Amino acid sequence: MKQSTRVAATLAPAARRLRRRLTRPHVILGVVLAAIMLYLVVAPLGVMIQTTITWQPQDARLTADAEPGKLTFFHYLRVFSSELSRSMLWTPLKNTLLTATGASVLALALGILLAWLVVRTDLPGRRYLSSVLTIPYMLPSWTIALAWIVLFKNERMGGAIGFLQSATGLIPPNWLSYGPVPIVICEAIHYFAFAFLLVSGALSTLDARLEESGEVLGARRWQVLSRITVPLILPSILSAFILTFSRALGSFGTPAFLGNPIRYYVLSTTLYNNIQSRLQADGFVLSMVLIVISIVTIYINQRALGIRKSFVTIAGKGFTSTPVRLGRLKGLVLALVWLFVAVAVVAPLLFLVYQTFMLHPNNYSLSNFTLHFWTGESNIRIADGIEGIFRNPELWNATRNSVLLAVSTATITALVGILLGYAVVRGRGTFLSKVVEQMAFLPYLIPSIAFGAIYLGMFAKPIGPIPSLYGTFWLLLLVSVVKNFPYSSRSGTAAMMQVGGELEEAALVAGARWLSRFRQVILPLCRSGLVSGFLLTFITTMRELSLIILLVTPVTRTLPTLTFRYAEQGYHQPGDAITVVLVVIILVAEWLVRRLPGAEIGKGLGA
Amino acid sequence: MHRIELRNVTKRFGSVTAVDHVDLVIEKGDFLTLLGPSGCGKTTILRMIAGLEDPDEGEILIDDRVVSSHEKGIFVAPADRGFGLVFQSYALWPHMTVFQNAAFGLKIAKRPKEEIRRRVGAILADLQIADMADRYPQEMSGGQQQRVALARMLAPQPGIFLLDEPLSNLDARLRVDMRSELKRLHRTAGATALYVTHDQTEALTMSTHIAVMRAGRLEQVDAPMRVYRCPATLFVTDFVGSPKTNLLDATAVQEGGATNAVLESLTIGGLAAQVSGPVVVAVRPEDVRLSLQPEPGAYEFMTYSVLPSGSETILNVQRGNLLLTVKDTRDLEIEMDRPIWVTFDPRRVNLYDKATGKLVGAAARPTESS
Repeated sequence: MKQSTRVAATLAPAARRLRRRLTRPHVILGVVLAAIMLYLVVAPLGVMIQTTITWQPQDARLTADAEPGKLTFFHYLRVFSSELSRSMLWTPLKNTLLTATGASVLALALGILLAWLVVRTDLPGRRYLSSVLTIPYMLPSWTIALAWIVLFKNERMGGAIGFLQSATGLIPPNWLSYGPVPIVICEAIHYFAFAFLLVSGALSTLDARLEESGEVLGARRWQVLSRITVPLILPSILSAFILTFSRALGSFGTPAFLGNPIRYYVLSTTLYNNIQSRLQADGFVLSMVLIVISIVTIYINQRALGIRKSFVTIAGKGFTSTPVRLGRLKGLVLALVWLFVAVAVVAPLLFLVYQTFMLHPNNYSLSNFTLHFWTGESNIRIADGIEGIFRNPELWNATRNSVLLAVSTATITALVGILLGYAVVRGRGTFLSKVVEQMAFLPYLIPSIAFGAIYLGMFAKPIGPIPSLYGTFWLLLLVSVVKNFPYSSRSGTAAMMQVGGELEEAALVAGARWLSRFRQVILPLCRSGLVSGFLLTFITTMRELSLIILLVTPVTRTLPTLTFRYAEQGYHQPGDAITVVLVVIILVAEWLVRRLPGAEIGKGLGA
Repeated sequence: MHRIELRNVTKRFGSVTAVDHVDLVIEKGDFLTLLGPSGCGKTTILRMIAGLEDPDEGEILIDDRVVSSHEKGIFVAPADRGFGLVFQSYALWPHMTVFQNAAFGLKIAKRPKEEIRRRVGAILADLQIADMADRYPQEMSGGQQQRVALARMLAPQPGIFLLDEPLSNLDARLRVDMRSELKRLHRTAGATALYVTHDQTEALTMSTHIAVMRAGRLEQVDAPMRVYRCPATLFVTDFVGSPKTNLLDATAVQEGGATNAVLESLTIGGLAAQVSGPVVVAVRPEDVRLSLQPEPGAYEFMTYSVLPSGSETILNVQRGNLLLTVKDTRDLEIEMDRPIWVTFDPRRVNLYDKATGKLVGAAARPTESS
């Protein structure tokens, strides 16, 4: 009797302590977010792995042994060691590694060189240059690929001739028209912005006195560059490489447009084909391959950065150093840089626009000029009766879908990011915080196309209270928000780190409850991070192709997926016209958001 | 006025014990300063009293009401403890004006608009920042921001002030001005104050009591002059006072009812403490007397460096391996590397046990008062 009352008396304080610990805002938030992510991030991964090791109903047409639902290594064997392995895995894997490495190296070289020219030299018009150079990154990666086709396609493929052949009579060789060379170049032109933004950021916050100390001690300019500057910005170079490489690994649009016509496949396009031909399990095995490559890359990155990261913090207040004088080379460098801008930024857009005004795809003379693909009425003799896109209800539908999807994804992502950041930063050091942080990072590892495929499988039927989402806008929204978790949690964490604990504690001491602390203190203080995060998500969602290509239906189709469909069917002009519309929307939105203070695309990049 | 009491309070962060079984009472109307080097746990104590951290052991009482108790599972929310707090960083909200910052607490408490306007207005006027009510904190100087932080603390009229190194971000001159203003504020508000600092001058000038901390434990809790004159441990004597106290290894020898401290090259005689064996002799720089001519009983030293600073001159003098720091307030013109004669006043010398670091022989005790 006495014993039991004592137990009760000691239990009550323990229970109260536990309640206090569990009712802290960051704990509640962490638990809720972890539960949501368990369902939206971890479960899909589990579903995918499970799919690869069980017999699928479709397997029945491949082998008589199939017992749907039973455990099997059939799919792994099929992908890794069968007569199909060569075309299904090894060749695409080789192609993937080749194009991703090539694109990353080229992008890095371009990015570093341009960053150095813009930040550290007396090149005229540097400020203007730095905003122009981020344009390719804002556009869909396959814009350049489409433009490349306009310029370099040859009549051996698909009939129509490219601008080059029409203008000069030279027939571009196949290796220049399609395949690895154009893929590497087009991706590099898209991705060099990563390296440019990260390295120019590192260069401009690098304390010039570190370099000057070297000069004072008698080091020559190149010695300062190689012994001091490069080692100090090495972490950002590595980050840029990893960022570029892991994106290029899963990139879909560019290899699809430039590789498919000559049967040059990479893992992402093979994966898409597999899933399109209902070989989902095989496709998922390929996803696993992509995921493993991603993990290895990230692991290497962390091993390499782990040691070096410490001195990123040395970066000083950003003293402006004396710019390097280019001297007599100034004119030449300036010309080359602007030539690059012309080739990489202006020309692709011009070619796309030009193509949309061409009635016949292989006649580049002015007599072929038409407004048909913009405003023309349906004519059965042209492009199977597709009307000019401004008359095309599909365009309006897709535009509405795209804008709605991008705005809502960006809004939700920004908010979720702050919540994730709050749970991670306030709980720093606790197990829950680590779990939340790691879970939010998981979608980064899953290639977009595979992520879309998993969601297709998971939400095709009702689960618990959630009805079947297939064919609805909500599925696109869900998958876009979840795929953005890694970026939103990163930028949210960074924003919360800056807010610091004491600003919130000051409100706590004054008696403000959590909701009013969040609304009145945390949210306003995260504003600048929110705006740049919003812009970045808006842009990436606007141009998203691979993530949602498997999930869209005619009703929910977006601008990029509409382009893809037209391009796939060989209707280049309508596809290009839609791309032009998409580009205009992105550029206008970017311009508008930039009017707001605190918006900077580099900030949301968080790498 | 409120009384604050800590009973056996312990706080750990991982494997580090930040606060180690501390008992401390802050009496009504006291101005108690927690003094210690960074990382000694003084801010953690303040944060536990504020309710921003939970103790891992022990309990905290405000006016006999338990506000935090690990054992009893009691926790009173910060806002219900009746204190105002100034953070070291001030933690002013950059998106709110000075007025909005100061009015936040009253607004949360849903006080009438008119009352808020009047009270905040009066406080801003008292602190001489009334004309800056519509500015944002980042448009103000450090000293003005400090005043905004004070205004925010004062607006809800708390009975307890918790001040976490509030002056450490100010430049030296402003810091001296603010000291007297804070002292004044404490008196007019009739509040109980807990002040955290690592600056021993600040602690000595402002407090009614000083609690010196080291590695999570209290070394000494006493009135400022007692902390200065009779530091309880070698750590306290070393930490309090500038320039630093001279600490000299010696052997205490009893001789005819008095104690002599025998050093390598000299002996300090006539000490009152009844000890013998290895000791540490502590002499404050201002308690060493210098003379330019030989005197009976004086030891000859050589000047090593002379650092005049207007009101006083700091000298380092050397005899063999023995190096002494001396403070002299006379206007002296002394060159380096010349002989100088030193005498010790036995009533101004403290002796510490070499092994334990505890005070074993306090020479002259200041009058007991606090």
